[in-house]
Amino acid sequence: MSAPLAPKALKRLFDKIGTVDAVGIEERVLKYGTRSIKTDSKLWGLRCAVSMVDLTTLEGKDTPGKVASLCQKAIEPHEFSDTPKVAAVCVYPSMVKHARKYLGVSPVKIASVATAFPSGQAPLKTRLAEVRYAVAQGADEVDMVINRGAFLSGEYALVQDEIAAVVQACGKSALKVILEVSELETYDSIRAASCLAMQVIREGDFIKTSTGKTGLNATLGNNQVMLEAIRDHYLATGVAIGMKPAGGIRSAKQSLQFLTAVKETLGDRWLTNKRYRFGASSLLNDLVRQIEKQRTGAYQAPYAFSEAAESY
Amino acid sequence: MPTPKAKKQKNMRSSGRTAPELIFGNLWNFDPAPETADPKVKATYDLFIDGKWTQAKSKKRFDSINPANEKKIAEIALAGPLDVNLAYLAAGRAQKSWARTPGKERAKYLYRIARLLQDRAREFAVAETLDGGKPIKESRDFDIPMAAAHFFYHAGWADKLQYVAAGKTLEPLGVVGQVIPWNFPLLMLAWKLAPALATGNCVVIKPAETTSITALKFAEILQDAGLPPGVVNIVTGAGETGSAVIAHSLAAKVAFTGSTEVGKKIMRSLAGTDKKMTLELGGKAANIIFEDASLDQAVEGIVNGIFFNQGHVCCAGSRLLVQESVAELVISKLRTRIRMLKVGDPMDKNTDIGAINSLSQLTKIKRLVASGIKEGAKLYQPECVLPKQGYYFRPTLFTGVTQSHRVAREEIFGPVLSVLTFRTVDEAIEKANNTVYGLSAGVWTDKGARILKMAAELKAGVVWANTFNKFDPSSPFGGYKESGFGREGGRQGLLDYANLV
Repeated sequence: MSAPLAPKALKRLFDKIGTVDAVGIEERVLKYGTRSIKTDSKLWGLRCAVSMVDLTTLEGKDTPGKVASLCQKAIEPHEFSDTPKVAAVCVYPSMVKHARKYLGVSPVKIASVATAFPSGQAPLKTRLAEVRYAVAQGADEVDMVINRGAFLSGEYALVQDEIAAVVQACGKSALKVILEVSELETYDSIRAASCLAMQVIREGDFIKTSTGKTGLNATLGNNQVMLEAIRDHYLATGVAIGMKPAGGIRSAKQSLQFLTAVKETLGDRWLTNKRYRFGASSLLNDLVRQIEKQRTGAYQAPYAFSEAAESY
Repeated sequence: MPTPKAKKQKNMRSSGRTAPELIFGNLWNFDPAPETADPKVKATYDLFIDGKWTQAKSKKRFDSINPANEKKIAEIALAGPLDVNLAYLAAGRAQKSWARTPGKERAKYLYRIARLLQDRAREFAVAETLDGGKPIKESRDFDIPMAAAHFFYHAGWADKLQYVAAGKTLEPLGVVGQVIPWNFPLLMLAWKLAPALATGNCVVIKPAETTSITALKFAEILQDAGLPPGVVNIVTGAGETGSAVIAHSLAAKVAFTGSTEVGKKIMRSLAGTDKKMTLELGGKAANIIFEDASLDQAVEGIVNGIFFNQGHVCCAGSRLLVQESVAELVISKLRTRIRMLKVGDPMDKNTDIGAINSLSQLTKIKRLVASGIKEGAKLYQPECVLPKQGYYFRPTLFTGVTQSHRVAREEIFGPVLSVLTFRTVDEAIEKANNTVYGLSAGVWTDKGARILKMAAELKAGVVWANTFNKFDPSSPFGGYKESGFGREGGRQGLLDYANLV
């Protein structure tokens, strides 16, 4: 399993998928920021964004109590309006059973990080066992991290095989593959890792930017690189992969820019929480606040909204 | 690979499609987002001569039309030869003292003008869009900020003219006559005025007849900046007024930006005189995409290159040369991207392609597109609803174009892209240079060495590498061959407005 054994086919993959020009992609995404989204279209976007939130708590100090309040917030983001439910709560494996208890039969999904999140630096056996544990506890979705060390040392086959093994371990649960973009650093690597993952995951699975545990998380730039990879994969194979930017998206305005990128790159079929998610926590209250602004015409104080999640 | 095939097939059946296709539909349409700032346009405008608003001797006026809805915006004085003469006399009177004004003092006026323009940027952006039909986001984010940047840049030069060339200094030419086009009305005015004023010349300038309003509003800024009377004189009118500006005996130099056709006439008319001349004329730029380029970004650059300002750009990348091995892929990506462009009300902040500047330009575009179809090129236009009133044209892609098609040779000056293919580097160079024009070119490749080779071989004033339509006041701009001569911007641009002594 050392670099020289990496099959030539994968080397050819990187030649085939092409390169990403950093200046060009950043210029492209700047244009999303100039889209002016007003009135009804703004409300639609905000509500859509709420329904895409994976409300997240991933801290050493998480407790069943914290998870309970997170779940309540997920089901009812704002007590005075008909704000949609979020897509999922995202927790550590040990918290899955608590989340299951509080969510009951609610359509809000439970996502669990696994595979020695966030570093992934554990033996594959341990990582797979953690995935199976999370699934057994009732996780609908599993957020795995890729082996960045292997990727950066050129062992692409190993990276891909491990993802395939996690796919098997997931069973019926959906998988989200975290690339940890800030550790891959270049847009070229992000595109390559996206393509690598997409070759072995299933329709309905996701690729995801980051763990939220490093300096740089989701940006419009790396979101765009991954959306374009998803587009190319879909057009080539017909398999529709989802996308989840995570970390660093705190304001409603930002989330609308990300959604604009989805609208203009992948089109209408990705404007659903089955194919697009926001890994975030503080974003939710800003979305709710903006929705209330649209409804009432006035901004309310931050303390008018219940706090149930603080991380990322 | 475990794939839930049943689900996939069901999806495909329900949409009635066999091949994967992206759906860009109406799920999330953006509501209108009109820019509402007041452009503060007056109902009538006179000529700006000797620092004062002056009625045209003929008392004649012409209408300025909003191309987005064909409504009249203002009535503008039509300057005849007598008015132009008055403007030159005023400039001649002001010339001596303006030339003697220390560079440091001239710089203060230019800085003041730049800052006043920034202060009123939003108002000017709205006026520019109202008058010319360009999308508000372009006048807001490009035209007005760049115009201010040119004044700032040249303000910096005004007191450093003795450092332009070692052991020499720059002296003004005298009175300069300038005629500018309608595609970037205020920006072209800034390109012309800023270097002329920095080097101590006085100016008689004529904006294009369809887009005079921001030039006339700019006169207010000159007044507010306290620029001495006569240093800048603005005369409005059409071709005849322009001829008078070009032909006047007091003009030490004429600077013209516009069509090659008019440029040639000007050159003929000035033959035998000692007037200096700079001409910035048409173009038919090649945008060359090699197979190793980052294709999605190249597509973005192609779109930016040809659809910026409705394609009313002399350096627009109107000929796409794409390597055969990736041609199909690039064209399909291009089609998808073009579907995303919003065509419509220029005042809407989300509009990507606004109104064609005038009915005559729209007619010209339609004529050339019809010739492309007739000559057998394959046309692609996205389905988009155009406003009922006003001059609009869909973004247009011609594939299967060869070197001898009219759409590959003539400047269309509209949102029309002709796609040609090539196989080797040499073929790309040969095809790119096979044109009477030579204003700009674009090269898209991951190979640095190839960029340098192409830059050396392409006969074009500007060669952009892995980008397109990038401008900076410090970067000289101008053409080869029938695209004109002389440079605007940078140190080279200064030299075209001064004698080196």
